[in-house]
Amino acid sequence: MSKVYIALQDNDESRYIVEAIEESNPDATVIHQPAMIRIERENKLVIERSVVEEKMGREWDVQELHINLITLGGNVDEDDDQFVLEWKQ
Amino acid sequence: MAAKKLNIKDKYRLLTRDLDWDFSYEDRKQAFPYEEFEGIKITDWNKWEDPFRLTMDSYWKYQAEKEKKLYAILDAFSQNNGHLNVVDPRYVNAVKIFLTGVSPLEYQAYQGFAHVGRQFGGVGARVACQMQSLDELRHVQTQIHAMSHYNKFFDGFQEFSHMHDRVWYLSVPRSFFCDARSAGPFEFMIAIGFSFEYVLTNLLFVPFMSGAAYNGDMATVTFGFSAQSDEARHMTLGLEVIKFLLEQHEDNVPIVQKWIDKWFWRGTRLLTIVAMMMDYMLPNKVMSWKEAWEVYFEEAGGALFKDLARYGIRMPKYAETIEKEKEHISHQAWWTFYTHGHAAGFHTWIPSDEELDWLSAQYPDTFDKYYRPLWDMAKEMEAKGERFYTSGLPQLCQTCQIPMLFTEMDNPNQNSMRDTVYQGERYHFCSDGCCDIFNDEPEKFVQAWLPVHQIFQGNCGGPDVGDILKDYYKMNIGHDNMDIKGSPDEARWNKWKGIA
Repeated sequence: MSKVYIALQDNDESRYIVEAIEESNPDATVIHQPAMIRIERENKLVIERSVVEEKMGREWDVQELHINLITLGGNVDEDDDQFVLEWKQ
Repeated sequence: MAAKKLNIKDKYRLLTRDLDWDFSYEDRKQAFPYEEFEGIKITDWNKWEDPFRLTMDSYWKYQAEKEKKLYAILDAFSQNNGHLNVVDPRYVNAVKIFLTGVSPLEYQAYQGFAHVGRQFGGVGARVACQMQSLDELRHVQTQIHAMSHYNKFFDGFQEFSHMHDRVWYLSVPRSFFCDARSAGPFEFMIAIGFSFEYVLTNLLFVPFMSGAAYNGDMATVTFGFSAQSDEARHMTLGLEVIKFLLEQHEDNVPIVQKWIDKWFWRGTRLLTIVAMMMDYMLPNKVMSWKEAWEVYFEEAGGALFKDLARYGIRMPKYAETIEKEKEHISHQAWWTFYTHGHAAGFHTWIPSDEELDWLSAQYPDTFDKYYRPLWDMAKEMEAKGERFYTSGLPQLCQTCQIPMLFTEMDNPNQNSMRDTVYQGERYHFCSDGCCDIFNDEPEKFVQAWLPVHQIFQGNCGGPDVGDILKDYYKMNIGHDNMDIKGSPDEARWNKWKGIA
């Protein structure tokens, strides 16, 4: 098993996305570094649109993730409802 | 009635795949003339997957938002004299290396992706490469814009483009991209899209940029992270390319493996300068090069290669050497620049005692044993008024063009040198990796434009080194180069800060 990871710019929007990631992936590790937040988890990480919308209190398009994204590791699969990072080992 | 909103998958199909056409009266092979000569076999371009499914309308929308955010910050930075907030004027020298060494690569990447974005036969790959090409153009523009503020207050920024094409150490990044761009389109994608973007740029754009933030450089961290938000898409493109090639035909596997071996080695050599920037040029430390390497190369790269093992792909060749080098290369590079500080377009210095202690703590197995004694000697010489600058020109590796500064990893007191004879001429290399790359493509690498050879051949003016630096490199002698102690940069900084 390997870790997938995603890093977001540390700003107001990302804070809600990080909260949503923690809710959807309770055992994910959140690491705060200067100006950025890195989240990692064994094998798979999911960002769900419905959970992010609930945290933000507004509609959120999964592709808005691009604005605050810094980097990621893992195979990406994105559709209208979720963004998935996964290793297929 | 309003039209029903399309979901991402349908929108992607209509706005990407649906834009392609068949060739009825022209020969398809003539339309895509570069697609076959590398030996790569594509049986079905329709199997191409773009996981982000980004269409041009969304692309413009999100890129415009990124630009608005970025320029608002750059304006604020400039209006509020943001350069005064960096922790230490030494830090700015890392930004000089970035502008002269990295930003012109963004421009080369723009050209390279524009080329492959035309030459691939599959429309999905073409659209993704065209978007990346636009991204790279955005990166070079935003970087020049951000750093133009520093150019008003510090030396060494004014001739970045001219220097990139000529200066001895800048030929390292320049020739790296020239090699990739003069290869076929698939090798370019493995070189830049996969090896460089997926594993190696992370080390520059993530821990180094986080370091820029930690050192008070709002402009650099902002353009860095804005660029890196595109990189996440580039990394995904790189990974999709490699999976696509490996799934298309088993004959592609050995070709791709050979390119991975070549470009991971070339990439790790190229990153030597980033190693030095992280360990020696960030006064406030976030993490050591060794630690960054472990997180982004060993851990992230290791996971990636485990994922690719199902296709018969193994870790890049020389991985064992690469693992040992993380303990050494930043120290070997900074020492080389310190001793060649008269010929560099930025300032160098002896690390402070506090910084030397930090290096000892981060590199317990190597720093005190091999590198700290050099700095003790440099300090003694400087105290006697004999700050050391070498009078010789370094020998360069024929492949990576880096001066022969590396040592054998099993004996760090022994310089690493290899050589080979091709058509009666002897060529020299810094490592087995670089020698093997030459032996595989000697016709290409004998044509390398090696700055030191060019100087000795009389192609760079002269005859003195000072003339070459001043007239050929356009360095402002006594301002851009030499030690930071006694430099105009230091004098201006002290005046701004009221330091006597």
